[in-house]
Amino acid sequence: MGNSFATTSYIAAIALFILSLSGLSQHRTSRRGNLFGMIGMLLALIATAVLIPSNGIAPLIAAIVPGAVIGSVLASRVAMTSMPELVAMLHSFVGAAAVLVGISNYLGGSHGLTGGDLTIHELEIYIGVFIGAITFTGSIVAFGKLNGKISGKPLLLPARHVLNLLMVLAVIVLGVVFMSSAEGAGMTPLLIMTAIAFVIGIHLVMAIGGADMPVVVSMLNSYSGWAAAAAGFMLENDLLIVTGALVGSSGAILSFIMCRAMNRSFISVILGGFGTAEGVAPGAGGEPQGEVTPIDIDGTAELLSDAKSVIIVPGYGVAVAQAQHSLAEMVKLLRDAGVAVRFGIHPVAGRLPGHMNVLLAEANVPYDIVFEMDEINHDFPATDVAMVIGANDIVNPAALEDPTSPIAGMPVLEVWKAKTAVVMKRSMASGYAGIDNPLFYKENTRMLFGDAKKNVDALVAKLRELVTA
Amino acid sequence: MSEPNTMMPTPPASPLTAAPTTDGHTNGQSPKRLLIGIPKEIRTGERRVAATPDTAQKLQKLGFDILIERTAGDMADFPDARYAEAGCRIAADATEVWSHANIILKVRAPEQNEFGLLREGQTMISFLAPAQNADLVKRLAERKANVLAIDAVPRITRAQKEDALSSMANIAGYRAIVEAANLFPRFFTGQITAAGKIPPAKILVIGAGVAGLAAIGAGKALGAIVRAFDVRPSVKEQIQSMGADFLEVKIQESGEGTGGYAKEMSPEFIKAEMELFAKQAKEVDIIVTTALIPGRPAPKLITREMVESMREGSVIVDLAAENGGNCELTQPGKVIVHRGVSIVGYTDLPSRMASQASQLYGMNLYHLLDDMGGSAKFHIDLEDEVVRGALVTTNGQVLWPPPKKEAPPPPAAPKPTAAVAPNVEKKKSSAGQAVTIALGIVVFLGLAMGAPTSFLQHFTVFVLAVFLGWQVIWNVTPALHTPLMSVTNAISGIIIIGGMAQLGGNISSAVLWLCIVAVFVASINIFGGFLVTQRMLKMFRK
Repeated sequence: MGNSFATTSYIAAIALFILSLSGLSQHRTSRRGNLFGMIGMLLALIATAVLIPSNGIAPLIAAIVPGAVIGSVLASRVAMTSMPELVAMLHSFVGAAAVLVGISNYLGGSHGLTGGDLTIHELEIYIGVFIGAITFTGSIVAFGKLNGKISGKPLLLPARHVLNLLMVLAVIVLGVVFMSSAEGAGMTPLLIMTAIAFVIGIHLVMAIGGADMPVVVSMLNSYSGWAAAAAGFMLENDLLIVTGALVGSSGAILSFIMCRAMNRSFISVILGGFGTAEGVAPGAGGEPQGEVTPIDIDGTAELLSDAKSVIIVPGYGVAVAQAQHSLAEMVKLLRDAGVAVRFGIHPVAGRLPGHMNVLLAEANVPYDIVFEMDEINHDFPATDVAMVIGANDIVNPAALEDPTSPIAGMPVLEVWKAKTAVVMKRSMASGYAGIDNPLFYKENTRMLFGDAKKNVDALVAKLRELVTA
Repeated sequence: MSEPNTMMPTPPASPLTAAPTTDGHTNGQSPKRLLIGIPKEIRTGERRVAATPDTAQKLQKLGFDILIERTAGDMADFPDARYAEAGCRIAADATEVWSHANIILKVRAPEQNEFGLLREGQTMISFLAPAQNADLVKRLAERKANVLAIDAVPRITRAQKEDALSSMANIAGYRAIVEAANLFPRFFTGQITAAGKIPPAKILVIGAGVAGLAAIGAGKALGAIVRAFDVRPSVKEQIQSMGADFLEVKIQESGEGTGGYAKEMSPEFIKAEMELFAKQAKEVDIIVTTALIPGRPAPKLITREMVESMREGSVIVDLAAENGGNCELTQPGKVIVHRGVSIVGYTDLPSRMASQASQLYGMNLYHLLDDMGGSAKFHIDLEDEVVRGALVTTNGQVLWPPPKKEAPPPPAAPKPTAAVAPNVEKKKSSAGQAVTIALGIVVFLGLAMGAPTSFLQHFTVFVLAVFLGWQVIWNVTPALHTPLMSVTNAISGIIIIGGMAQLGGNISSAVLWLCIVAVFVASINIFGGFLVTQRMLKMFRK
């Protein structure tokens, strides 16, 4: 970076990115944070563009304009329920870009580096491409799982751990070959490694169940950051390094938070296979344990309108059924009628960290009645009605009561402590964890079967009658 | 009114000397044993009695002897034999009681010939309502007796055990629900039976004093949905603690009067409150009204139209019937049915549970007599706030109302606190952090061996950035995880710089084309990421 303008701009951009991320930590400052991010990016782009040789400007415009158009269209069209897919897809782009940048950098020659410098440079390329490749295919598989093109069930090859291990070994061996090959001759091992990394990415995410998607998405987010950081090393660009590191560590923290919310280690999530009979059999949980008490729309509406306090626990089913707007309307009716309604959000509800919050925000639910699990869990005993919509594992008492349960120890929303728990569900099918939920058989639990959206719409109609009567 | 000190001409002993216990009662020991007389209530329909066998026994433990008129407890299901067992003497008629007893305990105020029986220096305690009955007070003063109104005991904490009004109100509130249940043609509790679903009954309680709260409790206990209204915001918590919903009008005005009673409200408030009642009347099955303002006729809260808007079979119980009623159609002492709606105007609800009412009332009297020194030290202490408050007349002087004391300030109304969740500081695992740092140092040292300086510089930047990211992200509120993810995604589009830096060169070179594709996909990321974040953040609103 011989150019002092570029250096100054890069420093400013780094500062703006940091401000952007810290701004995003609070509702109050979040929009400003996003603006900082945009300004930082703009600065970085301009500073870099200035350095491009003149014959590079046309290709730049040719590449960036369609990209900008496509990105903007995607951003404005995407339904909030499809946010997880969009985020996963965007991750795959970063991965792809990292692979391309790495390979083109290798093609571009040694840049006059020799000895230790060259070795490190090649190592950087190799690592950058590796991470980028895993991010690319992993994100594509995640995208497929999230929008249903690929089954959400974990795909478990018989010797998958051995397979992974073999592939990683192959990558290391190829790496040694790559480093020791003459300048420009390492292309073959690099490409083979890329192919293997693609397979690793696919295999890794295929083995992870749908319920663990929040972890996967944030993990891929982290990877895309590390890929960018690796690219920064090979290009000796501090802006890339810092930004990549910021993104990488933020993704890692999110993954960690998600894992903690499921009381599982990061490793166990990554190794996949959750919810299958591995080690412990799912105990007595496999068999339904009693009778459920169904309730109809009228009964639920009365319960709700007669309640003093209601906590709604939404899950992925809300997103699937696109029920968030109807739900918001129901909440408004109840609140106007003097019922204290709040939302309890489990950290891994939905398929993306914070997914439920975005859905509720889209439906104009004020965010100050939306609470995190830790904030609201102790309020259930004083609550008249806890309403579970399209959620299962995150309200499963077995997590606390049955030490043999596969989800034992996972913090859950203790809805059964409310006077009445109403569970809205399509059928008695089990959740992603594939285990039965004792909540459904509790005495104070009422089951309201059917599509979440249809049911909530019916409830809104009934409640309107009751409230205005 | 004169100073309390000058009011002390009645020496403590004076009531005691008035009536010697001349009969052959054998218990007479050296400390004076005063005789308590319990006449039979003469008011028609009054079933209560001022002492039950149980309270009579307790009074004897205070050193009193008890003389009770024949059949005085019959209507409250306490036959003479039970009193006799409890150590009471049975008097043949009222005259015997009045002429022998030092202290007369009654339920109702004296009437008819009872005035003539009240002797000079005798002490009498009963319900009197001195504020409403100036004539009665005058006539009692003429008898030069010491008369205490149990219903004038001040409502202070110490005197709660003597608060007979509360005792009776408690019974009235309970009984109101029982009367309503008797007339109401449906279940109170909602049930899901094999034969179909039964909705719970809805009860509206207006006025959440002791009676109102007791009605709430009884209604809830039977399984009904209970709502309550009161002009005093301070009772909101009490209402909610009983399990009822507190109904509010949108106007801010406190109806907090003195002594725990309500005051009269502004016209605007009354209008809003009437609208509320009209709306509720259409909805609820049972209305219990208990609204009273001291010294005034009961406010009319339930209009004819409201009654007519109620479903057939509904019940109104008007506990204010004696003071004119809260409902326009109430007829005191009667149950009427107006267009299918029963309106209960009973004024004798406590008396309808005579046994329970007598027991509670008897205990209130017992506590008062205990406070007055029991038998051995019985005296009327004008310095005692409780006794002074209840004392209506002594030695021919009217002492009621007592000199005004500053009323205790009403309990501070709880501030309307929105459910503010405490901002829980997330604890980071310090052990994990230490491990991370240690690991970082080891890796760094390992790499530092033989690595070129330029690399080390970049690596330093990298490590610092990782820590910075860690610190910055820890405090993100979970609700913003998705926007955070999309913004970090947009930022990781910075990899575009990697592509841009290698642009240029021959149009046929693979490097150029690879970089064009890289720039293309990365720019999708940048624009898509930032814009979708913008879109999401705009949706979040308070």
